[in-house]
Amino acid sequence: MLDISHVTKVFFPGTVNEKVALEDINLHIDEGDVVSVIGSNGSGKSTLFNMIAGTFPVTSGTITLDGKDMTRWPEYRRAFDIGRIFQDPTKGTSANMSIQDNMLLSLKKGMRGVGYSLTQENRQLFRKLIEPVGLQDRLEDNVGLLSGGQRQALTLIMACMSHPKLLLLDEHTAALDPGNARIVMDLTEEYIRKERFTAMMITHNMQFAIEFGNRLIMMDEGRIILEVCGEEKSRLTVPELIRRFRQIRNKDFASDEELLTEGD
Amino acid sequence: MLEGIFVEGLIFSVMALGILVSYRILDLADLTCDGSIATGAAVAAICITNGWSIPMAMLLSFLAGILCGLCTAAIHNHLHIPGLLAGILTMTMLYSINLRILGNKANVPLVRVDTLYDWFPQTLGFLSSSVASLVGTLLLVLVVKLVFDLFFRCDMGVAIGALGGNEQVVLSLGMNPSTLKYIALGLSNGLIALSGAMLAQYQGFADANLGQGMVVQGLAAIMLGEFLFNSNRISLITLRVVLGSIIYKGLMFLGRRYGYLVGITPNDFKLLTGLLVIISLIVASTRIRAAEESARRKAVERVMGGDRNA
Repeated sequence: MLDISHVTKVFFPGTVNEKVALEDINLHIDEGDVVSVIGSNGSGKSTLFNMIAGTFPVTSGTITLDGKDMTRWPEYRRAFDIGRIFQDPTKGTSANMSIQDNMLLSLKKGMRGVGYSLTQENRQLFRKLIEPVGLQDRLEDNVGLLSGGQRQALTLIMACMSHPKLLLLDEHTAALDPGNARIVMDLTEEYIRKERFTAMMITHNMQFAIEFGNRLIMMDEGRIILEVCGEEKSRLTVPELIRRFRQIRNKDFASDEELLTEGD
Repeated sequence: MLEGIFVEGLIFSVMALGILVSYRILDLADLTCDGSIATGAAVAAICITNGWSIPMAMLLSFLAGILCGLCTAAIHNHLHIPGLLAGILTMTMLYSINLRILGNKANVPLVRVDTLYDWFPQTLGFLSSSVASLVGTLLLVLVVKLVFDLFFRCDMGVAIGALGGNEQVVLSLGMNPSTLKYIALGLSNGLIALSGAMLAQYQGFADANLGQGMVVQGLAAIMLGEFLFNSNRISLITLRVVLGSIIYKGLMFLGRRYGYLVGITPNDFKLLTGLLVIISLIVASTRIRAAEESARRKAVERVMGGDRNA
């Protein structure tokens, strides 16, 4: 499904600011895998997502999705197969357009023609899709009027509408209050279960990371330092995760403890 | 006289619609306008003086404008420089190109040839010449407005609107933002050039300096329109632009007519137009702040009320 092999990313190469953000990353993800990604700030989680989504080109290595080498593809082309949700709820929707116009554009990926897709039938579909978040009667309202939680839920629904092969969740609940984070998280899990999505989720919340999905990877200093899956993952606890981090890196976790919170 | 203001305003509104695309819908300050309106005028004037038909001349002007917009979009997309600078580059280069189109003359008169404004009174013979010009222009502008509205309600138009609001959304939807910018800037400058073609025929000459300060005037018209009413529906937004343009031309007429009473000459119009834009911006931001303040006060009242009940 997704194959990342020997991916390295160096920012500002050849300058005093040179920074190795990813170092020889190898990762294979099977169809249907749901992977949570943890690690402290600067460990390379977001850079890894940026490499997969194509925001910046890789320095070396290849990224293959479903047998297609997409290492050199621009971001918009990869978006055909990849749905991505950012931490910032304003990034996934266009604020000065109505909910229905936003949803209309996410019906399918790719360039639009001069047809009209805002049919009665599609409106019914939109209504049904956003019913779980209680927005069904506000299709004509501008997205800018919604709360952060509502916007993030809408972004999630829009990302799932076109059935991407891979869903990238980039700390998508981190900017929300605990209540809304829970709602968006539940909706995420429901979609993943129902549509059998392959997904990766970055989180700072260790509890979410343990509950979510069948695999867990931990990153530090641009490398994947720990991979847990299946049976082993279901037995994982937060203290156990911290203990194993200490063991591997032989360094103190204290500075990261604020970032890797244990729960809500 | 009064008809003249309306005709000028209507012709002007076609340009303002073009600026609406770049400035409001795409959220990209495009200064190509100052050059492309003169390009439109020049192409129309040369076509007509060389005996081409009026519709053909206007179509070619529209296409020439699209080329100007594509040039700006290409500079912006491929050299990764801000749209503002890309527009200034195109505008500056267009000045020389426009002089070339006009046969290295700064000014080409349209006398002793039939233009749109000879054709309107001939076709609408039952009306007086000035009313016929007004009705003809009004019909033409209505057609432009309707097509414009239809385009920005279709899927591609909505996508361009999304791009203006948030480029990341368009990327996530698998659309190339560069392609959409080509389309939007092309369309925008096509309309601006079309307006130039109408203007040249109305005033009876094409001038290489025609475009000077046009962007700011267009912005003034858009902002005047925005004072009229609030809406997020495209048909009302374009109506607002047309009305704003007419009001702007009306104000300029009053300035020309009665300005001398307060010592204003047409030389001051650029300064006044700039001030008008600045005042509009101040009023708009004050309004937003006032709305936020009243929302805050209401929220405080709600909370306090809740406290008393508790």
